[in-house]
Amino acid sequence: MTDDRSPERVASQSRYDQARYIENGEYEPLLSEKDLTRIEIERVADDGGGAGQKTGHADVEETAENGTANVNATSGGSPLPDDLTRDSLELPELSEPELARHYTRLSQMTYGIDSGPYPLGSCTMKYNPKFTEDVAALPSAAVHPDRPDESIQGTLEVLYRLQDYLARIGGMDAVTLQPPAGAAGEFVGIRVATAYHQHNGEGHRDEVIVPESAHGTNFASAALGGYDVVSLPSDDEGRVDLEALEAALSDNTAALMLTNPNTLGLFERDIETIAAMVHDAGGLLYYDGANLNALLGRARPGDMGFDVMHYNVHKTFATPHGGGGPGAGPVGVVEELAPFLPAPTVRERNGSSRSDEQVYERVDPDRTIGNVHGFHGNWLVLLKTFAYIARLGDGGLADASASAVLNANYLAEQIDYDIPYGPFHHEFVASAGEQDAADVAKRMLDYGVHPPTTKWPEIVPEALMTEPTEVESKATLDRLAAAFNAVKDEADETLKSAPERTTARRIDQTSAARTPRLSWQALSEDS
Amino acid sequence: MNGLHATGSPYAPHTEADRKAMLEAVDADTVEDLFDIPAEVRFDDHFGIDARTEREARQLVRSTLDRNDDIVELLGRGHYSYYVPSLVDHLADRSEFLTSYTQYQPEASQGFLQALFEYQSLLVELTGLEIANCSIYDAATALGEAATLSDRVRETTGHRVLVPQFLREERRSTLENYIAGTDLTVETYPVDDGNVDLSGLEAALDREAVMVYAENPTVRGTIEENLATIGSLTDANDALFALGTDPIALSLLQRPADVGVDVVVGDASVLGLPTSYGMGLGLFATRERYLRQTPGRLVGASEDATDRRAFTLTLQTREQHIRRERATSNICTNQAWVALRTAMHAAVLGPSGMVDLAKRGVERAEGLAERLDDLIGVHAPVHDRRHFREFVVHVDQPARAVAGDIERHGFAVHVVGDHEIQVCVAGVSDERLDRFVAIFEEVVR
Repeated sequence: MTDDRSPERVASQSRYDQARYIENGEYEPLLSEKDLTRIEIERVADDGGGAGQKTGHADVEETAENGTANVNATSGGSPLPDDLTRDSLELPELSEPELARHYTRLSQMTYGIDSGPYPLGSCTMKYNPKFTEDVAALPSAAVHPDRPDESIQGTLEVLYRLQDYLARIGGMDAVTLQPPAGAAGEFVGIRVATAYHQHNGEGHRDEVIVPESAHGTNFASAALGGYDVVSLPSDDEGRVDLEALEAALSDNTAALMLTNPNTLGLFERDIETIAAMVHDAGGLLYYDGANLNALLGRARPGDMGFDVMHYNVHKTFATPHGGGGPGAGPVGVVEELAPFLPAPTVRERNGSSRSDEQVYERVDPDRTIGNVHGFHGNWLVLLKTFAYIARLGDGGLADASASAVLNANYLAEQIDYDIPYGPFHHEFVASAGEQDAADVAKRMLDYGVHPPTTKWPEIVPEALMTEPTEVESKATLDRLAAAFNAVKDEADETLKSAPERTTARRIDQTSAARTPRLSWQALSEDS
Repeated sequence: MNGLHATGSPYAPHTEADRKAMLEAVDADTVEDLFDIPAEVRFDDHFGIDARTEREARQLVRSTLDRNDDIVELLGRGHYSYYVPSLVDHLADRSEFLTSYTQYQPEASQGFLQALFEYQSLLVELTGLEIANCSIYDAATALGEAATLSDRVRETTGHRVLVPQFLREERRSTLENYIAGTDLTVETYPVDDGNVDLSGLEAALDREAVMVYAENPTVRGTIEENLATIGSLTDANDALFALGTDPIALSLLQRPADVGVDVVVGDASVLGLPTSYGMGLGLFATRERYLRQTPGRLVGASEDATDRRAFTLTLQTREQHIRRERATSNICTNQAWVALRTAMHAAVLGPSGMVDLAKRGVERAEGLAERLDDLIGVHAPVHDRRHFREFVVHVDQPARAVAGDIERHGFAVHVVGDHEIQVCVAGVSDERLDRFVAIFEEVVR
């Protein structure tokens, strides 16, 4: 139940003053006596007298006993002159116990992976191990980025080893950990491609090819990098259309961005041909790591001919999504592109001052593109990633992809909706057919599960893009399938009026967009 | 099932019997049969990464991080570490918050959406601007987004983005990357004793300028005294005025909307996050007239089918998953959970607590500067300005040597010039500052 009250506000009249209207002695001090520098009483209606400047609460109480007044209390003076400061700050004032309840209540109105299955296609909502939270809370993890290398060897070693882990997993030669999200990783890849082409005197390349079924970020990242985006249609089987690719490639091609398996869960079986075609045209092949969970230990982008890739560590390596972020999007590249990576990366220093331990240092790659973050990216996320990979090791990572693919295939087998494309790996796209996929999703909420991603990719009509990940048990998958199948048999009006069992009933999106109310302040203006 | 997992993932729950039944259901002999990967690109090797028990993995990280020296950081310059109240960790770590995803199904995400709506409201009050988004990654990327916004909304034909001479190199570099795909160029305008050099800015400003960026407080800790004038100058040239700041500074210093600021960027995680090697929270607030051009996610209020108030992500047609190459930004995953923590920290402090924290930032910085200034061979602050949180100190001896000596006594400071160091008081106790002064005196003696 959403609370309709806007937060209690404290009125402010002048510089950090707090004012209160009092009536016949009903006076609760606004500021403690020690903070008080001045109290002014402005009589509104009384028997006269008592107004003016006072020094303490007692004066006010005495005055207020026989009348009604506005009281202005001023706290300690500002250390700054008036022209450098603001006049007031109006924010809710709540006690700590009230806040604890407020946020507990809000958390209870939020569905997380710990609440139940979360089979959002392309999002890889895995269980987030709890020990990595403890690791991130270690006091020794809290260092300032401007500390000299010598005094933060622990942090640099974690980063160095994570770079190494990711390079091995992706089959890449060098890795930067700076990008703070997957899309930021894509942008780094695009900027690296630009720098590489310019360095080779090929700065005229101004096109990036992106399959129609790709993530929206691919298009947006390429555009942010200044490229014209060439959209590539799929063939009848849902994969890259080689003829269309041939037609799209030219002397202007900077890169082709691919996800493999693609958003339909299909492996691009012609990947070596595709790589050869792109390279022959002088372009680079970019790997979008959103679906890497399907390949762990089974295939590596570097072995397929990809030149540059990003890793969505919050997906593949199970760092919490936290309501939409933070994540991290490290980027791996082949040797030839390593000099262009963002600054700095971490390397081992030869000749160590502590003979028994390896010493690490931050260095700027020779022809670096510079920075894509003010410091070193989302360190706490990277730290959790390192801990997760160190926990799973080779066997655990390979099992993650095996179980994820088994789960997707098993779930698909149990549900009655049509799945037009296959063989898929870690995710599949079902079609809601005559039903509206968005309504199907709303109704699934009533069965206590989170629905799949809907209406995308557009190649499947009324798409239900489903990715159970490896963490769901057979029993949970059966429950999930039952929810799908129950909804499939339900009447249209049932779907249209769903959800019924959530905190809020169906929310009016049109009104939200037509009359944007983006703050409490905007709401109070309305009322 | 989940004892010591020597091989499998400890978080994949299948028993052998389950696995068998599932394989049977999908008509496969082994899981390998389900992979449709050509032999040529199969990886049939190992990464060479050892599996560990949970205890071993924790121990590995702890022993590695133990290599960090345990010293007191008097460091700032864009990354600050105030004390974060316990409530923040305990409530933000509730797993519903921590393990939820972007609120694409708002009916099941009302709690997080309301928290983000409260965060947006906090920024609206602090900045005086009408809208704030749910977050950009950090201060540098928010600055980059402000520049591309100015490119989209400009009414002039210009291409010049003006930034102050004193600016973190990484921030400028990030900005340069963000505008690489536009025809914008970044140029520097001069500063005068730690504040904007108004005549220099005026000389640099013309109709070709699309955005002027300033910071308050500046990277060297000075409080900017000319904001209103900068606002008028940019306005007279139809350029956007972007200001870099943070929620604690905003609690006390001039309200951006009152001095003609069009976009506020900066790092909001000064509230909510402890020191975290530069991880931050990009704040982004702007005027309502730029709503459709704003990057990032926005939470709006609406009603549900029973006419009760409800919250939802809104105006998503601005975003990459709908608008693709014509989106206002490529941002998707943001820093939502940090925004939640920031809103929590602000709520614990309350308005008077925030103002007090800001005031202490002025008083303690200026107090420490006075004490250092009393030492022989030391002049502080270098700039004859009011200071917030941090300040630059001139030392007669080589700054690097002084900083090195200080560090051997357990304190880290910035070296910002041959004879200049910079110190920051945020999050450092009075006792430690006393000890720092004593050590400083000894070092420069």
